[in-house]
Formats: sequence, C-alpha cells, structure tokens
Amino acid sequence: MKKIHVLVGLAVGSMVLSACGTGGGGNTAASPTTAASTAAVPSGGKLLIWADEKKAEAVKPVAEQFGKENGVTIEVQAVTKDLQSQFVTASQAGNAPDVLIGAHDWIGNLAQNGAIDPVQLSNTSAFDPSTIKAVTYNGQVYGTPYSRENLVLFRNTALAPNAPTSVEDMVSNGKSLKSSGKTTEIMAQQVGQNGDVYHMQPLLTAGGGGIFATDAQGQADPKKVIIDSPESIAAMTKIQKLGEKGDGALKRSIDDKNAISTFTSGKTAYLVSGPWAIADIKKAGIKYDISAIPTFQGGKPAQPFIGVNAFYVASKGKNKVVANEFVSNYASTDAVQTAMFNGEPRPPAQTAVLTKVSATDPDIQKILDAGKDGAPMPSIPEMGKVFDPVGKAQANIVGGADVASTLKSAADAVRQAIG
Amino acid sequence: MPDRPTTPATPERRKPVLQREGWGITGTNPLALLAKIIGLGLVLAIAVALAGPLLADGRWVLFGVLVASTLLVLAVYVQPYRIPPKYLLPGLAFLLVFQVVPVLLTITTAFTNFGDGHRGPKEDAIVSIESSSVQRTADSIDYVLTVAAKGPTPDGKLVFLLTDPATRQVQIGTADGLTPAPDAQVGTTGKVTELPGYTVLDIGQASARAKDIENLSVPTARGAIRASGVSRAYEGSKTRSYAPQCDCITDKATGQTWTADPKTGYFVSSTGDRLPQGWRVNVGLGNFQRLFADPVLGKHFTGMIIWNFVFALAVVFGTFAVGLLIALALNNPLVRGLKFYRVLIVLPYAMPSFAMLLVWRDMFNQDFGLVNQLLGTDLNWFGDATLAKLAVITIQFWLGYPYMFLVTTGALQSIPSDLTEAAAVDGASRWLAFRTVTLPLLLVSTAPLLIASFSFNFNNYNAIGLTTEGGPFPPDSPTAGGTDLLISYTYRLAFGAGGAQYGFAAAVSLVIFLIVATVSVIGFRRTAVLEEIN
Repeated sequence: MKKIHVLVGLAVGSMVLSACGTGGGGNTAASPTTAASTAAVPSGGKLLIWADEKKAEAVKPVAEQFGKENGVTIEVQAVTKDLQSQFVTASQAGNAPDVLIGAHDWIGNLAQNGAIDPVQLSNTSAFDPSTIKAVTYNGQVYGTPYSRENLVLFRNTALAPNAPTSVEDMVSNGKSLKSSGKTTEIMAQQVGQNGDVYHMQPLLTAGGGGIFATDAQGQADPKKVIIDSPESIAAMTKIQKLGEKGDGALKRSIDDKNAISTFTSGKTAYLVSGPWAIADIKKAGIKYDISAIPTFQGGKPAQPFIGVNAFYVASKGKNKVVANEFVSNYASTDAVQTAMFNGEPRPPAQTAVLTKVSATDPDIQKILDAGKDGAPMPSIPEMGKVFDPVGKAQANIVGGADVASTLKSAADAVRQAIG
Repeated sequence: MPDRPTTPATPERRKPVLQREGWGITGTNPLALLAKIIGLGLVLAIAVALAGPLLADGRWVLFGVLVASTLLVLAVYVQPYRIPPKYLLPGLAFLLVFQVVPVLLTITTAFTNFGDGHRGPKEDAIVSIESSSVQRTADSIDYVLTVAAKGPTPDGKLVFLLTDPATRQVQIGTADGLTPAPDAQVGTTGKVTELPGYTVLDIGQASARAKDIENLSVPTARGAIRASGVSRAYEGSKTRSYAPQCDCITDKATGQTWTADPKTGYFVSSTGDRLPQGWRVNVGLGNFQRLFADPVLGKHFTGMIIWNFVFALAVVFGTFAVGLLIALALNNPLVRGLKFYRVLIVLPYAMPSFAMLLVWRDMFNQDFGLVNQLLGTDLNWFGDATLAKLAVITIQFWLGYPYMFLVTTGALQSIPSDLTEAAAVDGASRWLAFRTVTLPLLLVSTAPLLIASFSFNFNNYNAIGLTTEGGPFPPDSPTAGGTDLLISYTYRLAFGAGGAQYGFAAAVSLVIFLIVATVSVIGFRRTAVLEEIN
C-alpha cells in the first residue's frame, strides 16, 4: 500500500500539471512560461532573441552590449531546427521572442501570419539597395538586413586556372580534365533525386527561363507562373543537354550531401555553391578562386537568387518597444553589422561595412560581384509552393525526361497549389 | 477454453463494503499517511501556483478546469475509504489528457482551415493588416525621440518629446497634437535630458509602458507621428482601415476595398485579389473534399494504397520471417557463442534508425554509393520506381528484423519443449511439428505485435521521408512519387514547403486512422481465432 500511496501522489501531481498544460488547446502551454517571465522582469525589461546557432553566437556579444547600455536583460536562444515554423507557432501560442534573425524569404509567410511588424529604418541609404528590396514586402520594409549571399562558381585553380567564359567553355574544360583522369566529374552542382530549384536558378535564367513574372513593383507575381513558358522550356532544354543523357555535367547523384565534398576532394574542378562552402574548401587546402556563374553562349546573364539575412520585430513579442529600438535603431549600427559578419562571413548589407571587411577578406567582394546580376529570392508565401514540384521536374529533365510536358505538369501543380 | 461463469438468474446485488484505509487515528501506517499528506500538499501547492497566472491572464475556462480537477483529486483522496476512483483516477486522467484531448483537437481541427495565413481569429488579422499599412510620409524627418511622462513621477501621462535633428527644436507630442517646448535641455545625441514639469523615462521605465508608447500617435496635418523604438519617431499614416459596416478593409490612398469572405477566411477584392493576412474559419467538409477531389491523388490513389499495403505487409512478414528463422537457428542450445551472435543480430536495432536511414540512403547513391560498388552495377536505385521500392523494403528489412528476432526468441523460449517432444514421439516430422505446434503457439503471443508492426509500417514516414523522400517522381506527376506512402504524400501536401495546413493534415490523419483501424480490427478478429488453440 505504501508504494501505491507514493505513486498516487506523484501521478496526481503530474496529472494536475498536465491537465493544466494541455487542457484547452494551443494557447495554454504558454501559461507557465508567461508566469516565469513576468515574475523575472527587472526594471529594464527583457529582450528575447531567436536565431539559428551561428547567428545566435554572433549576435550575443553585441546584444549584451545593448542590454548593458539600456538596462535590458538580454536572452539569446539558438533554435537549431525549423526556426521559421517554430517562430510562427510560438507567436500564435503567445510565446514569441521579441526579435527574430533569419532569411528574407520568410517574410511573406511571417507577414501573412501576422508574426512580424514592419520597421522604420532611418538610414536606408547606408544599405545596398538590393538588400532593402529583399526585405520589402507589399511596399513595407519588414526587417533590418545585415548580409546577403548568392551562389558563385568556385574553381580549383590548380586544375582550371582561368574563369570560364561560358557554360560550354566550363563543360568542355571539365570534360577534358575528366578524360585526362585528373578529375572524375565535369562539375559539381547539387541536383539530387528531387531537384534543387535554388541551385538551378542561375542556369535557368542564363537560358532565359524563370519561375514567376514580376509585377510593376518588381515583386514576383504569383498569378503569373512562367515555369512552362516557351522561354523556360528553351532554357531547360539547354540544361537537359548538360544532363545525364547529354554531357553528364549535371547529374542527380550529386546532391546536397556530396556536392561540396566532391570539390574539396579534388574530384572536380568546378563547384556551384555559396559562401558557406568556403570554410570546407579552405580546410581541404584547395587553391580556389571565385567567379560569377557563367551563362550559355549567346545566353542571358545567369541570375542567382540573392538571399538576405535580417533582424525582425515580432508582432506578438512582450517587449515590442525595446525590440523595435533594437531592430530599427541598434541593429543597423556598424558594431552589430560587423559582429554579424564575423559570425558568418557573408557580404555585409551596408556598403561602409563591406568596404571595411573587404580589406581583410578578398573573397567577399568576389562573391558580391558574382551576384551582381542576381535578383532577391521572392519572399511571397507562394514561393514555398514552387520548390517541391519544380525541383522534381528539373531533376527529371536532368535525367532525360521530356522537357515541355514535364514542365507543364510542374507548372500545373504549382498553379493548383497557389489556387 | 475455461468455462465462463454464467450470470445468475436473479443477480444478487451486493452492497459494496467500503474498507476503511485508516485516517490518522487507528490502524494507519504513519509513512503512508505522510506520503498522502505530502502528495496532496504538492497537488494543492501546484494548483495554487498555477491559479495565479491563470487569473492574471483572465483564462477563466482553464481556471475552472484547474479548480474542478483539484477539488476532484482532494475529494477522492482525502476520504479514508478504499474506493475504486483512487486507483482509476490517475489512469483516467492520463487517458483524458494524452488520448481524448488530442483526438478531439484533431477532429475539430479537421473541419477548419487552420494553418499558415489562417492561424488566429479575424480580429488579429485586422490588427495585422492595419498596423502593417502604416506608410511613412514621403519627406518625414526622423525625430529624435525621448519618452517622458507628465508630472514628477514616471507613471504620469505619457508624452513624446520630439527633437528635430537639424534645428534641435523640441516639441511635446500628445494625443492632442504638438506643442513647442523651448525650455527643454537637449543632449549631444538630440535626446532631451530635462524638461520642467516632465519626467524623462529611461529605457527600462519606457519598456514598462510599452503599450502606451505603441498606442500613442501624435496627430499632425499629414498623418501622425509614431515611435520607432524609444529613440526615434517618424511621421506616417495608416493607409488601410477596417469598417465593420461593410465588413471590409479600405485603402485610403487607392480607394480599393477588400471584403471579408467568411468561407475562405480572407479579405478579397472585387477582382479576386486577397490580402495575405487571413483568419481561421470553419470549412465544414472542405478538407475532406479537397483530399478526395485532389486530381493527383485521384489518379495515383489506387497505386499508392496498393503500394502502401505491399510495403507494410512485406516489411512485417519479411522481417518476421527473417527474425523467426534466425531465432529458430539460435534457439538451439548446441550453437556455440550464442550470446555473441544474439548481440550481433540485435545491433541494427540498437542503432538510431534516423542515422541508419541516412547512411542507407547514401549507400544507394548511383555514383558514390556502396551498394553499386559492391554489386559492380550502375543502377540508379532511387531513380527507378521498382528499384526504389526494392531499396526501401531492403532498408526496412535490415532495420526491422532484429525486433522480430527478439520477440520470437522470447516467444519460442516460452513454448514448453515437451509439446514438440510429444509431437516427435507421435512421429511428426520437424517441419510438421513446427507448422502445427510451434508456429500456432508462437502466433498467439506475436500476432498482436505483428498487427502493431503493420500499423506502424503503414504510417512509417521515416522509412520514406529520410530515404527517397517519396521519389522517384514520374515526369508527369511531380507531386506523387513511386515510393510515396499515403502518409509521406499527404505530409508534403499539408506541410511541404508550401507552409503548414493543420486543418487539412488533421483531415488526412482521420482518414488514415480509419484505414489502419479497419485493418487492425480485422487483424484482431483473426487473432481471436488463434486464441482458441490455447
């Protein structure tokens, strides 16, 4: 009996806890946390920042500086997985952080869920215009940008001393390296079994194709899907010639897991990737150079997607006034922008910071130059519906499927999903 | 089969004799009493601790639930009698909290459009639309803002002290408008350091009054001055506003209107444009209609469901066969190093299946994978529907047989050897003895596990999601792939990159639940027949 009594006591205690925790749906999970945070508020209030691991580490010292100057308790939380959806869920449940750091293409979804507020930047002229354009959605600036990134072409200068003048030039050079036994792959661009829209975008635009037409304000227009337009079909036909049934430069067996390592192990002379690959390449001791992704002979400029990272003010944060102060006034300062650069070396969004860091890191300017023709990745929520079907269509085309009908099916799937 | 006691013709209703457990005075184990007091004390303490924040937030329903459940706990456990609820309550509570509530939530969600863009109530959408429509006046200057309170204390009426950075002139902004403040002391940054009759708030004091700061807009000729943080203010105006008369949003600048559509939970214009911020509405059977009217699913549903059954059955019976075979082989005491082999065989089961699935996926890579290198082939495993199906089943075999081995080893050891010996004495061959004695006895204890394994594998998202991701996808169908199970297909439909659609996902899970429940019921009926053997 004794044991049963203890067990019953424990069970009852946990039952009451859990009954209160889940009793009435999503909003209730908030209550214990709310209690804790309201109880712990010192005079200056608390500012909770969410970011992924690297960004959290980078922002911590400067955020704490802000806290010290203003008497605000700073808490930086690293959210390692699904930051965007966790943030939306937390917002809805009333557990939102005050500040979010993340990619600009989340803005459409965050705004449609009422999870972030527009900000008023005073010094927009200090930023690279493309970064401001990226964080603008429906005419409103939704965040303070601090970095931009885009795909570039890395080449192993021991194997390929000169930047290719065209895709054809790159492929023929890659082929001769392969036939001479110096490499085993012509180039490394991740495709994977299910495709990769982001990495295919430069070649797609080089061939004249695209995904959405742009409206008058230069924002992607979800009603104008051009995935199966004649231009896109022509572009994907060129890409198919590079594929498994053609040159063999693009193949589905090269995916997100092995693309960079194929390059760093010297199996190929060319890699299509972004600044995140630099650390691995340097570690492998490969002599490399960075140039723009080339276009087809007689083609249009290759336009990689530009991704921008930014600070956002959470609509449902508990300390919005301080969050606004942090995001719209403090995050745009040189100190924060430089700190974020040191955390993850990407071209900074502010021109002054760019000049400063380019002096010590020559790669930064090269990445920026490689992306000069790029366009911000559309931040409309409908973009999310594109990646899956279009990626799969592109993978099939690389594998040799009929271009026109494959693109038609993908475009139909996208149109249906957008509704 | 043992005889069941038959119900007596005149049921003799015995009045239950309540047994006293003892409450303090006589015949009580003091330790038990202490445990009881501590346990109930804890319950009360937790309840009181939770009640505070619930009351503060005005969550009355939850507060009611808390009071009711606490009272129930006290009523049941304080009294000294041994009544059944004392033993039933914890189990019932867990049943309620972890089974009934989630099921009810799923069912109610299935009839709504809850998901990205439709998460909150309409009021939230309106607030979001209005507040994100503030347009900065084209030539607005950036005022340096100092938040202050009227009077000698920081809780006086909130005002904005606005410094023009060019002229360093200060104005006092209130809800009534702007008045000049010539006697303000201005610091180097433009912040007001002192103004007679006002208390300048530091950021901590200001943050305590965040709501007042957010709500204060100082009217001007061209709009209103609003704060951006606590050190800057700008002039701008809300361009969109909601009017309850027409249940619509109007844009002042363009004159365009968007009318609320209660069916879809969007504000829609006459041309069909909708504002991104929507709200949660009841869509009736809409989610189910969408599932059954989905043209891709319609075209591929039969194939997908057949493959789904083939996959689940092949994995269950395949792993069972392999596991049983090894278990039989290792059940012979003559085998040397029995323990060593058993450990070796259980190994795949002990590894994290997430990691193993990813390793297997890479092993099936056409150009860099181990499988092609070992076999000396150049097969595009995940690029061909049949090969991909073979590959995922192979992977599941490897992951699943150790479990079946463990289960059948246990079951085999519980079958008395005299039964098989008796069969041997009667002249039955080994195979016959196995088929007629061992296997049926084995199935009695393992059949429920096989059914459980079936329902698990029927919904084995990881097996697909972490390997082929449903692929390969035929060129004419970029959404339904060759190895897609119902669960992996609908997961992408509901949570794919297109955002979360919880309402739809809930509807799908109800449908899948019906399928699995039907199969399980049939399965359990069949196992009931096996029970007869005992």
